[in-house]
Amino acid sequence: MTDRRLLQVEELHVWFELGHGRELHAVQGISFDLAEGERLGLVGESGCGKTTTILALMGLLPGSASVSGRVLLNGEDILAEGEATVAPHRWHDVAMVFQGAMNAFNPVKTVGAQIAEPMELHGISSGRSAMARVRELLEMVGISGSRAGRYPHEFSGGMRQRAAIAMALACDPKVLLADEPTTALDVMVQAQILELLVALTNDLGLAMILVTHDLPVVAQVCGRAAVMYAGEIAETGPTQTLYHDPRHPYTRMLFAATPDLYGDDAVLSIPGVPPRLDREFEGCPFAPRCDSAFSRCAGEHPRLREIDPGHVAACHLNDVAVGAPAR
Amino acid sequence: MTGGEPLLEVDGLVTRYPVPRGIVRTLARAPREHVHAVEGVSFTVGPGEMLALVGESGCGKTTTAQTVMRMVTEDAGSIRFRGREISTLSHRGLRPLRREMQIIYQDPYESLDPRFRVRDTVMEPLRIHSIGSSADREQKVLDALVRAGLTPPDLYIDRFAHELSGGQRQRVAIAAALVLEPKLLVADEPVSMLDVSVRAGILALLDGLRRSGLGILMITHDLSTAAHFADRIAVMYLGRIVEEGPAKDVVRNPQHPYTKALISVVPKRDPRDTMKPQILKGETPNPVHVPSGCRFHPRCPVAVESCTSVDPELRRVKAATSPEHRAACILV
Repeated sequence: MTDRRLLQVEELHVWFELGHGRELHAVQGISFDLAEGERLGLVGESGCGKTTTILALMGLLPGSASVSGRVLLNGEDILAEGEATVAPHRWHDVAMVFQGAMNAFNPVKTVGAQIAEPMELHGISSGRSAMARVRELLEMVGISGSRAGRYPHEFSGGMRQRAAIAMALACDPKVLLADEPTTALDVMVQAQILELLVALTNDLGLAMILVTHDLPVVAQVCGRAAVMYAGEIAETGPTQTLYHDPRHPYTRMLFAATPDLYGDDAVLSIPGVPPRLDREFEGCPFAPRCDSAFSRCAGEHPRLREIDPGHVAACHLNDVAVGAPAR
Repeated sequence: MTGGEPLLEVDGLVTRYPVPRGIVRTLARAPREHVHAVEGVSFTVGPGEMLALVGESGCGKTTTAQTVMRMVTEDAGSIRFRGREISTLSHRGLRPLRREMQIIYQDPYESLDPRFRVRDTVMEPLRIHSIGSSADREQKVLDALVRAGLTPPDLYIDRFAHELSGGQRQRVAIAAALVLEPKLLVADEPVSMLDVSVRAGILALLDGLRRSGLGILMITHDLSTAAHFADRIAVMYLGRIVEEGPAKDVVRNPQHPYTKALISVVPKRDPRDTMKPQILKGETPNPVHVPSGCRFHPRCPVAVESCTSVDPELRRVKAATSPEHRAACILV
């Protein structure tokens, strides 16, 4: 990991207006950073705020959302003035592959024309030179450039996902945000897409945030991961450390709930459900489902604290005795 | 496996869907084409046994399940349930047997009627089959909810589907299948729509039902889940079973080149566990035009000349540790 911080997210909050004066606090003050060329996993279950977080980075949240906190791209706060400061960077510096992107193409426009759109929008190139770049992008993601004039229905699901990645790369971004890029794909096609994402980040020096609920995918692709729960980060660290030495019970229990091809250990579900985010709660949000909760957890909200350099966790167990594992 | 007579015996099953030709091709008398969804599939499920049919989309696993349930009519082959041929039975003749074989679906958000309370959902099969008095039915519903892990049942029985979590909804669907006390349960991707933290609970529930004697045919694309919970795994590719055997043998000692590739690309939990994935090029071919010979040969990394003409049968694997481990490849 280089020391160059490309992207720094500081105390990001997102609230959604629910009407009748009610609010949903979807993202509750999360902070993380991303180095150049790094692959970071953002992991959690549905409703934990992972997609909301990256939509906030792109400035793509709906009007009912309000955002606070800072998102520094090379030191510049891109959320400072809202749309005015984020728009020049969207697609240009920070690009995104959306969840279900393979189904998001316009069926009546050619794939090539749609990939060229962000380039035209940012005035990078248009017309003939844009189409040349489109063919180059398609070759980069493993599709013959001659297929640029085809329509989305002529592509298989895996090829449409490749095309969506090509579109995200159109303006030569520095950061790629990939939201569940393989969730609807078969395991063999998933392997092809993950291989492509790893190769692209290596070859282009692109940094990537991979959002997924699938821990094994993160374990195989990302060097570092942040585990989210109820709008907060529960633990961040190298993926190896998260698996072998988790310091938040949620991380450990999430791994234990995931069957492994060769694992013989029992697969254990996590009882209960995540807390509602439309009301404030005291204490640790995971305490009601935690197998290691103790008296302090119900009343006192744990703060993220450093276990080792680059490894932080928000759990009171880490305070009990220095070095006591959260097992 | 408890042994004894198998609950379900499927032999040489073939199911094809006609491809719509459109008016021009119909007038031009173009030959009618078919999707070869299932092309000669044989397997058995015993009481207290879980067989996982594993494969990628389009391999025919769901069509196999639907044909077994007689929701789709087969073109050839036999389906015997508790020793009795059911593929030739009429709808009326099939009705008493339907109580004994039940199916649960992938998406508990779609499979439950939003206007029904849990009681109505679980009681409906009893009404359809005219079982019991209304007091009996209420008791049976409560028992089924308990068996499905919705305890105490009073807490759930008056709720609507939208008042339940995804895991609870799937448990209601399982309760509605269990209320008829079936012998065989077909589970079509029972956990793929659920969050990781609740999947294990549903799978443990199915595992417990299997232990109590229910035969389960599980359809899944997830090899890790199959490896953990099934007794046997059958791997399907383009309408055929290409490898079958005890779950542990298939996963740890795969023989067919397709199974080997499939297993190598399953992401492992441990980041240090970086087995070199053997990524196959391209995607599964269209089941309308199935390749000649071995249907896997165009993508097979080890195919030889004769693979283009010989259509291999499932047979015992020489390198196997179990006599029940079979693969359809001329090289094993």
